[in-house]
Amino acid sequence: MEPFTLLTGIAAPLDRPNVDTDQIAPARFLRRPRKEGYRDILFHDLRFSAPGEEYPDFVLNQPAFRQASILVADRNFGGGSSREQAVWSLVDYGIRCVIAESFGDIFWENSVKGGLLLIRQDEATLAGWRDQLRAAPGSTMSIDLDAQTISQPDGTSVAFEVEIARKRRLLLGLDDIGITLRHQDAILTAETAYRARHPWLFDRAAPG
Amino acid sequence: MAPRTLLQKIWDDHQILEEDGQSLLMVGCHLGHDGSYYGFSVLEERGLKLRRPDQFFATPDHGVPTRSRSLDDVTDAAQRRGVETLERNHARHGFTHFGLGDVRQGIVHVVGPEQGITQPGLLLVCGDSHTSTHGALGALAFGIGASDVAHVLATQTVWRKRPKAMRITVDGTRPAGVTAKDVILAIIARIGANGAAQHVIEYAGSTIRAMSVEERLTVCNMSIEAGGRAGMVAPDDTTIEYLRGRPFAPQGADWDAAVAHWRNLPSDPDAVFDTEVELDATAMEPMVTWGNSPENAVPVSARIPSPQDAASTVQRDTMREALDYMGLAAGQAVRDIAIDQVFIGSCTNARLSDLREAAAIARQGRAMVPAMVSPGSSMVKQQAEAEGLDRIFREAGFEWRESGCSMCVGMNGDLVAAGKRCASTSNRNFRGRQGKDSRTHLMSPAMAAAAALRGRITDVREFAQGAA
Ligand code: SF4
Repeated sequence: MEPFTLLTGIAAPLDRPNVDTDQIAPARFLRRPRKEGYRDILFHDLRFSAPGEEYPDFVLNQPAFRQASILVADRNFGGGSSREQAVWSLVDYGIRCVIAESFGDIFWENSVKGGLLLIRQDEATLAGWRDQLRAAPGSTMSIDLDAQTISQPDGTSVAFEVEIARKRRLLLGLDDIGITLRHQDAILTAETAYRARHPWLFDRAAPG
Repeated sequence: MAPRTLLQKIWDDHQILEEDGQSLLMVGCHLGHDGSYYGFSVLEERGLKLRRPDQFFATPDHGVPTRSRSLDDVTDAAQRRGVETLERNHARHGFTHFGLGDVRQGIVHVVGPEQGITQPGLLLVCGDSHTSTHGALGALAFGIGASDVAHVLATQTVWRKRPKAMRITVDGTRPAGVTAKDVILAIIARIGANGAAQHVIEYAGSTIRAMSVEERLTVCNMSIEAGGRAGMVAPDDTTIEYLRGRPFAPQGADWDAAVAHWRNLPSDPDAVFDTEVELDATAMEPMVTWGNSPENAVPVSARIPSPQDAASTVQRDTMREALDYMGLAAGQAVRDIAIDQVFIGSCTNARLSDLREAAAIARQGRAMVPAMVSPGSSMVKQQAEAEGLDRIFREAGFEWRESGCSMCVGMNGDLVAAGKRCASTSNRNFRGRQGKDSRTHLMSPAMAAAAALRGRITDVREFAQGAA
């Protein structure tokens, strides 16, 4: 996973709540291998009326926002399904940070695994940023993960919160399996005790 | 020890260690389906083994055909590959697999409880958001993404931050025609599509206690539609009687030990919840959704709300867009909406009791629009046929299909065409969920059957109530 340190890029306003994972990555595209890439399916049915035919109004289809790497969204972004393809399609498109009032829970958990930074911000601030971004299309914002600051479209800076476990994984590009395998001994001990407490749960061979 | 909630008890029982504010949790049970291919590909790339084949249970559901049990009936090669890869991984790694053609196959969230794999007190995960369903039996069950699936396959553990606890108490006797689906839609309409964000919900109160396990499964299924990490109901006599004798449930002395453990799980009387919500079931009505979020649910007697009454500009624009997408007008009576087709199926509402309720309505007339029924599992299909439900549906002009996710998500090719309006017993009315530009109205199985007979959204209370 690519480490996330400092990101400066064009920010695009996405003025709608409940952008669910079916809108981010429609179900019919979900079975392709990871290495084939998911850039083309991001927001597919919001971006395209037919293959290759764009809706001109959709924000990422407007010339000033095509290269966006930051999305300023609204309430409940990424709700719905567990599909990690929603994260992959954003990251493959080039978006490394989404700022919203709240996020779908599984999307939140998945994001860090793809190197996508999610930031929570209150609705009034978000609405203000989106207005500024629309007024000056192509404006950039900067995210400094280590310092935990965002430079707003008007250039001033605000702090943001991030959980320590997420920050460490993103900054260093760590992956969970590597982290967990360091705890092999503790896992084995806990597993043995768990087995002793719940013997009926183990070796449940298929009857018949 | 301080009083603890059901959630805290299960969490403590599975926590291995804490680091950087996250718990490393033991996974008691891991379920898989035809979307699990990515996790196995990670194992292979990294030269890792499936850590606990005896704790992994899988069945293909998302991409399987419902016209037959032949994979040739899935036209999409990528979907077919998902099912075939699961089969191959089963051969290689030796986990329990209910393949296509096995009577135990079905939607993974129907199969787990039905087989007795899902049990109280378990920490259960699956690479699917509706894993919340399994909480109906008193498990802590949540959906995980593909990287976490790989992580669980490799380590049988998962990292999570301790969630907050929300208690939703529903009290009172449900009026006739009000099903578990209506209760959960009313809850989501009240708290919103992210109302339970960062929380695990425990459903409590006399209405929930009076529900069968199948009804509780419907309620817990849609916890994710309220933004909850999971939903659960404390185990009680109903739960224990449901599990007794199921194929994977403990037997003999194991059963007694398990029951003793389950009896200790309910939240202590003085346990504190971070958030409390209360609803009165006696005031509920059959519910229908009109928009593209499950929170857009209203009683069937209501009118479509107006964007002018929205609280903010963003909300107003979103409502306008939803009405436009759905081809509806503010102020229109919900009961006037003509539909093009009906889908009775999915992990929300395709268990035997759901099919019985739908059949009880279907037998009172004939479908005026195309309607299909896809049982939640092949076992449900077999039991329904033994009761003659298939005959009732067929005689009423409904199509009787095989089990799978089918038109809930359309990955197997069972799609709603662009611009068409579907009365559906599934859980998501998202834009394009049932097919590009499809229009979905969520409702209970009985309401969906009623819609089929009238060709429009109908108040099921206009029909005689009772068993088929
Ligand atoms: S039936 Fe629908 S919601 Fe349930 S697992 Fe299948 S696709 Fe998901």
